[in-house]
Amino acid sequence: MDNFSVEVISTPTQEPLTVVGTSAGRVDGRGLVTGAPVYTVDYEMPGMLHARILRSPHAHARVLKVDTSHALALKGVHKVLWWQDLPQVPHTTSGVPHPEPAPYDTCALNSTVRYKGEPVALIAAESEDLAEQALKLIQVEYEVLAAVFEPTEATKPGAPQLHTQVEIKPGFKTIYDPAHNIAAHGEYEFGNVEGAFGAADLIIERHYETPTMCHCALEPHASLAFLDAYDRLNLVTSTQVPFHVRRQLARALDLPLRRVRIAKPRVGGGFGGKQEMVLEPLAGALALATRRPVRLVLPRNEEFSASRVRHAASITLRAGITRDGKITALEMRALTNTGAYASHAETVAHAIGHKTLGLYRARAYRYTGEAVYTNRPVAGAFRGYGATQGYFALESFIDELAWELKMDPLAFRRLNHTSKGGYDPMDYNGQEPGRSITSCALPECLEVGAKLIGWDKPRPANDGPIKRGLGMAICMQGSGVARMELGGATLKLNDDGSFNLLTGATDIGQGSDTVLSQIAAEALGISLENIILTSADTDLTVMDYGAYASSTTYITGMGVKRAAEDARHQILEVAAEICETDPEVLSIKQNEICGPYGKTGLTVSDIAYETLYGRHRTQIVGKGDANSKESPPPFYAQFVEVAVDTETGLVQLLRSVNVLDLGRAVNPALASGQVEGAVTMGFGYALTEELRFDDQGNVRNAGFVDYKVFSPLDMPQMQTVLIEDPDPTGPYGLKSAGEVGINGPAPAIANAIYNATGLRLRSLPMTPVRVLEGLENLVGGQ
Amino acid sequence: MIEMNLEVNGQEQQWQVEPGETLLEALRRHHFKGPKLVCGTGDCCACTVVIGNKSVCACCLPALKADGQKVVTVEGLADEGELHPLQSAFIESAASQCGFCTPGFLMRSYSFLKNRNPAILPTELEVRKALAGNICRCTGYVKPVEAVLKTAQVLQEKAREQNG
Repeated sequence: MDNFSVEVISTPTQEPLTVVGTSAGRVDGRGLVTGAPVYTVDYEMPGMLHARILRSPHAHARVLKVDTSHALALKGVHKVLWWQDLPQVPHTTSGVPHPEPAPYDTCALNSTVRYKGEPVALIAAESEDLAEQALKLIQVEYEVLAAVFEPTEATKPGAPQLHTQVEIKPGFKTIYDPAHNIAAHGEYEFGNVEGAFGAADLIIERHYETPTMCHCALEPHASLAFLDAYDRLNLVTSTQVPFHVRRQLARALDLPLRRVRIAKPRVGGGFGGKQEMVLEPLAGALALATRRPVRLVLPRNEEFSASRVRHAASITLRAGITRDGKITALEMRALTNTGAYASHAETVAHAIGHKTLGLYRARAYRYTGEAVYTNRPVAGAFRGYGATQGYFALESFIDELAWELKMDPLAFRRLNHTSKGGYDPMDYNGQEPGRSITSCALPECLEVGAKLIGWDKPRPANDGPIKRGLGMAICMQGSGVARMELGGATLKLNDDGSFNLLTGATDIGQGSDTVLSQIAAEALGISLENIILTSADTDLTVMDYGAYASSTTYITGMGVKRAAEDARHQILEVAAEICETDPEVLSIKQNEICGPYGKTGLTVSDIAYETLYGRHRTQIVGKGDANSKESPPPFYAQFVEVAVDTETGLVQLLRSVNVLDLGRAVNPALASGQVEGAVTMGFGYALTEELRFDDQGNVRNAGFVDYKVFSPLDMPQMQTVLIEDPDPTGPYGLKSAGEVGINGPAPAIANAIYNATGLRLRSLPMTPVRVLEGLENLVGGQ
Repeated sequence: MIEMNLEVNGQEQQWQVEPGETLLEALRRHHFKGPKLVCGTGDCCACTVVIGNKSVCACCLPALKADGQKVVTVEGLADEGELHPLQSAFIESAASQCGFCTPGFLMRSYSFLKNRNPAILPTELEVRKALAGNICRCTGYVKPVEAVLKTAQVLQEKAREQNG
């Protein structure tokens, strides 16, 4: 069964481990397969009300007056709120650390709405049906304003201006140029750019376009808000960032932070769409106003049209190359559509260049990233975080450069890609380097991938109407954001030798509950079943920035390992006292305290009883947290084989070979699952997925029938290989695995289509229409 | 409200339902939270339950259509706490990530395997076809399909043992 092969290729020098490195079943697996009520939408409380959102029918309008009387007259409707009822405190919804690199350009409800579907009023009623009925009874008086949808139009003089400058506070972001709707703008140079272009034999420039993409997490955004007996506002909410939400919610609703508690139950997928405060202030406001529990769940069509999307981007690349195949200079310009609010505008626009260009060695680099406000739904974080847009452009471009030089694209990449040692030229502040390339198994990834796909084998003649071709791409991501992360845990020893692992990290499906438990068990020397994990309750767990930027296993894993080492140290101190020896000679193996000559006869549970009930009378608690000045990139090679039907334009994926250098796999089954899932999302990005709008700003495909994600039958044969080359900075040598795979498919498929047909597609998704039009132009041009 | 009688996971139920209420709404209102509302239009199969021998999207079926029927939800797969081989295979193969689609995958696979002769193993393509309507955004389908194929092997062994 080729399709299910997950191979792990390891270096022989690896430290031998017992729990880390095993494909242990998920610690939460039982609940998931038995249908346990673990998600926000499954929670109910006595007296709970159901909420709905009245959304704007206009892309840009002032909300002058809301008449709630008819809705309130309906029996069972408890509350209708609009902007005049809510604190008008500007904030950002992007789930990133304080001070957020995002202008505070939105309120919980805005007096001016800036996209079709923006919340205008909130309803809390006895049932969802009643809330739905009451929506139709709210009367709103709008002053409709001119709207603009495309970044190129929005920056022109005379275009409708969406925002005025936000109040300036030291350390906080302003809007870059409100008069021209430019939310964010960044410029970066490394080396002598003009000199490097001057040293080139050829200068080539190409332009690429990427579409608006939807997260489509199967669990919708959902929040349950209630006041507890201490009059504190509690939220059970589907979020990737509970601690950021606590801080931002307190600000948005003008509450002291101590009055807010955020608990994340099981989260049914995030992919960046929940790295954002979307529903929490709305559910919270209704709970405060009604003093009843209120549950707010987004209907699926609103998930598509009014939650968050991936930034559409226009990217221009320019490179200087020498005849012998060396890149001298790389320049990129990216323009993104951030929609109505800035949210992640600045950081994603930054990431498009900064997460990508450093993959290749050049003498100099230049990058300009700009994000523009339009009257479209808000763009936010999305798996890959700008790198996905950037790599479609960069890896298509690299292929074009290679063909221009009549070189094998694989050989061209081998000649120019980065390698271990040195630093990332796109992370340099002018005086000192930022993140280093502390490990890099890209050569191995390329070797393994090329062999599996048969890159060097003779390819059959493409005579018929169906043309086959091979394509490839390489990419990297980070492991957290260098210098910008914090994650950690505490470990509390129980009587029986088990530990409560309390962590602020959020498992959104990626399996962090399991891998963090494995890391804790490994570092403590105990079995996995002795770790009891509680994750993400702002009252109980230490601060963790949350699940984003591929940070959790690397950063929180580092913190968990430290917490375990702290607890282990405390246990061994007590054991040494009992054994009348030095703690340094003792260790814990399989729950037992061992000395230099074998078992001491003491177990971890014995130490627990001694400390809790014996002479010591103390509670052993290990604490650890972590940040990192490094963000070691996982490296990834994507190889695909496609069949292009030149009569219908349909591109069929035949094979996909996914090779990831992840330092070390804590859990190979979960790590390969991350790759397979990310790659599949990437297939959709490449071929089928695009949120489309009409000229009034209405979403035209807010459902799974018209917004096509990959199904089991669309899948190619897939092989995944994990390359273990331990990173010196990562806990147990690990790097990240969650995001990087999504960057590979779009450029690899574009390159394979070119290989099959000679057609170069520079816009996503590569639909049959685009293929057919392209092929016609190709024939016409010859 | 209309009264209806049905059996859910082997237990008799007497429900009062609204005429327009879907089976999914009624099940969730009666604390069967396993089936999930994702699309509400029958396009993702996260709400799949088995009625008789057929798997259906509970989000599109009026509750009253299940009057007098035997319904199995994901909560009914395990036998007094002992997991069904399909559930064990899903855990072992890491076939659930976020888990929100898992009840639908399990119930669709359950009916697919139940309606087959266990002696004949399904092909991978047959499994993919059976699951063609189920959307998962996390796994890329590799591991769920693998889990179903593994279960088919387990059920084949079981059948062999039973037939002596």
